[in-house]
Amino acid sequence: MLLTLNVNGTDHEVDADPETPLLWVLREKLRLTGTKFGCGIAECGACSVHVDGQLVKSCSVNVAIAVGREVKTIEGLSENSSHALQQAWVEESVPQCGYCQSGQIMAAATLLERSPNPSDSEIDAAMEGNLCRCGTYPQIRRAIHRAAEISQG
Amino acid sequence: MTIVDQKLSRRALIRTMALAGGGMILGFRMPGALASVIAPKPWTTPTNGTEINAWLTIDAEGIVTIRVPHTEQGQGALTSVSTMVAEELDVPWKSVRAVFADMNRHVNDGEEYIVTTTHGSQLVRQQHPHIMQAGASARERLREAAAQAWGVERSAVTAKQGALSAGNNNGTYAEFATAAASITLDEEPAIKAYGDWWLLGTVVPRLDVPVKVNGSAAYAIDTELDGMVYAAVKNTPVPWGRLVGYDASVIEDRPGILGVVEFRAVEGKRGPNHLQDGLAVVADSWYRAKVALDLIQIEWDFGAEGQISDATQKAEAERLWEVPGTVSNEEGGDALAMIAAADPSRVVRSEFHRPYETHARMEPINATVHVTDARIDIWSPTQNQASPIGIVADQLGRDTREIYTNTVFLGGAFGGNGGGNTAVTRQAAVISDRFRRPAKVIWTREEDINHDKQRPPHYTRLSASLDDEGLPEAFFSRAVWFPFEAADRHGPATADVGIGDSPYQFANRRHEKHNYHGHIPTATHRGPGVNQNAFIMEQFADELALAGGWDPLEWRLKMTEGNEPWQRVLNKIKEVSGYTTDLPEGTGMGVAVAEDHGSICGSCATVSVGRRGDFFIEKIIVVQNSGYLINPLNAREQLTGAVCWELSHALYGGLRLEQGRFVNTNFDSYNLMRINQTPDIEVHFALSQDGWWGGMGEPGGPPAPAAVANAIFFATGKRLRSTPMIQHDLSSA
Repeated sequence: MLLTLNVNGTDHEVDADPETPLLWVLREKLRLTGTKFGCGIAECGACSVHVDGQLVKSCSVNVAIAVGREVKTIEGLSENSSHALQQAWVEESVPQCGYCQSGQIMAAATLLERSPNPSDSEIDAAMEGNLCRCGTYPQIRRAIHRAAEISQG
Repeated sequence: MTIVDQKLSRRALIRTMALAGGGMILGFRMPGALASVIAPKPWTTPTNGTEINAWLTIDAEGIVTIRVPHTEQGQGALTSVSTMVAEELDVPWKSVRAVFADMNRHVNDGEEYIVTTTHGSQLVRQQHPHIMQAGASARERLREAAAQAWGVERSAVTAKQGALSAGNNNGTYAEFATAAASITLDEEPAIKAYGDWWLLGTVVPRLDVPVKVNGSAAYAIDTELDGMVYAAVKNTPVPWGRLVGYDASVIEDRPGILGVVEFRAVEGKRGPNHLQDGLAVVADSWYRAKVALDLIQIEWDFGAEGQISDATQKAEAERLWEVPGTVSNEEGGDALAMIAAADPSRVVRSEFHRPYETHARMEPINATVHVTDARIDIWSPTQNQASPIGIVADQLGRDTREIYTNTVFLGGAFGGNGGGNTAVTRQAAVISDRFRRPAKVIWTREEDINHDKQRPPHYTRLSASLDDEGLPEAFFSRAVWFPFEAADRHGPATADVGIGDSPYQFANRRHEKHNYHGHIPTATHRGPGVNQNAFIMEQFADELALAGGWDPLEWRLKMTEGNEPWQRVLNKIKEVSGYTTDLPEGTGMGVAVAEDHGSICGSCATVSVGRRGDFFIEKIIVVQNSGYLINPLNAREQLTGAVCWELSHALYGGLRLEQGRFVNTNFDSYNLMRINQTPDIEVHFALSQDGWWGGMGEPGGPPAPAAVANAIFFATGKRLRSTPMIQHDLSSA
């Protein structure tokens, strides 16, 4: 059926089964492939996006729940990778294979929204839903601290 | 061994993080704006610029485009290759661009890139001569072109940072690129020696970072083509089982379903990259295909292999421990007889087990193939971009000259080829050929884990007798592993690599191994073989040291006397770790050293164990001797990542085999290390710099679990002889 989705500030008409996970609509219909498939059961966080500002594992929510709400993906986080987290991710050279990093950044973004200067414990608690097989966790911790510095000038 | 379902306490781990503070790499902050970039879809080789040789082009503005024949799976290949070429070419780093090289050209035109596979921590250590030579050759041809134009000897022409000069003559590489392209040198130049480098050895930001922070980096699974069909697959749950029957009528009326495709194993082709029996549903979206596939009842016949389990393998291993195996190494006198004759109070015996582990790279196994009459295009997460060309040519009976790999970023690989050398590429080829549309096959995470090429399980029994000094007089080991179809090795991995060839100086030693036939496909895994065996050998080393009254670190120094690369690592650990066996109960430090891919890497772990048995790792110190390194930033990232990789398996991992198949096939049951479980990791280098090169991507991992286990022994008096470690009861009364 035809659904209207607001993604990254733009309305899109998509033809999709309403029970399809949001992830697959973003990737296949809108070709926003920065959001990744990792596990399909909300355990790895590679598919993390924002729905009305809340962190959502898009592999495990139906596209129907996103109708009438604002969806933000990594592609819409900023123009030109200018978000403080993206700057920090580059400065701290976080990604290795990079596959999980869209989800990591989207998760970190909601953390900084509610806690602009998080402690290591807050970072660990907020980021434990996002797996990284390359083991970039120490760099992720540093980059979130760095992003907090950048945001606060 | 008592096994209890004891989970690590998250609260305790979080507390550790707070105590340990932040990260470990200081002073490597990268500038926000990078001059050197790569495109999000770097398989698009630019056509502008003059090709000096297969490795590089120079355009009119002096931009140097370096063609990288290796895959980028997170290990920094794009940056490593580009810095090695730029070092010799001598161009400003900001004028360098990197792209992936054309594999069709490589396969069909004499393999001019020599090596395209990216594995074995070998890119820098083994391939730097020919990669640097490509840059050196281009530089000399530019000098020769300028020399001919200016009427001077080549030796009078200086080539530096993209500029050529001789006396009053000045020019740029760009001006002489066309002339240089047609020059043949009488003699190819030698590459620079260590000490003459200006770029190598410095911190160079990775080229692929900027495209990996905004979602633009293209992975195979991201391939979306007009008219594409999508397939979900169920492979026979027990490898090499037979598809007996199925009823697809239940999905016929579902929207978007395009068809059902059967896959059949081919008689005599029973390798990890061959088709097994399986069923695919093809649809206009992957999720529609997956949901429909789940509705189909499938009947399989697994034969006797459907009865194999961890328990049956353990029974076989224990039986084989009593049976002489193939001798992998023997020195001195009859070690077995010496141990049998020794005073029992001077004999140490130990048995260890490591289970199957899986690669579980974050990008699930997938492939996209587009078959047309004129050509075939492949998008594959493979560690060797040339390999799918041969696989598809074989599957469809097509000429390799018509087949192109579009090199993409890999969402991890770690020795498992990331889905490249697997049946998935054949599946996508079959479907695209049948539907004559681009076809993308994605395996679910459960399929990915159950049908990965796994790390085989090891069961090893060791014994040794001690002399009057408390040092080993004789050492014996008998190792059993379960590789696919009784393979003797997977790359450097064998049943007893790191044990039978341990550099510890045992005067009398004998090592035996059994390669037991396994039906589960197995392959290399980051740090092959040593990733399992360092846990065994380096705990046994501690057992021997302590039985003989030696400090474990001093014992290792004594047992490697005269072995400079090992001594350098051990002395560095002594210098930086503060290693001591004298700590209060509940706290411990452990050391371990292992050799992998030519590097010697040591670990020192500090752990705390609570009375209830919850433990946390306060710190891991890594000391690496790879002979040389070319990029301290990337080297530290690789070592840190490898520590996380190996601790993940040793602490939490372990595939469970029941009824011929794995039962924990997603991240709710096959557990990977998470950020709140990650210790503080501190990296040090102790480089020999005397003519040999070791690898960087893998050696960091193997010693870490043994260091942790040795530390736990000092904290609790309990020795962990199997993994995952969280299964062991570490509580004190």
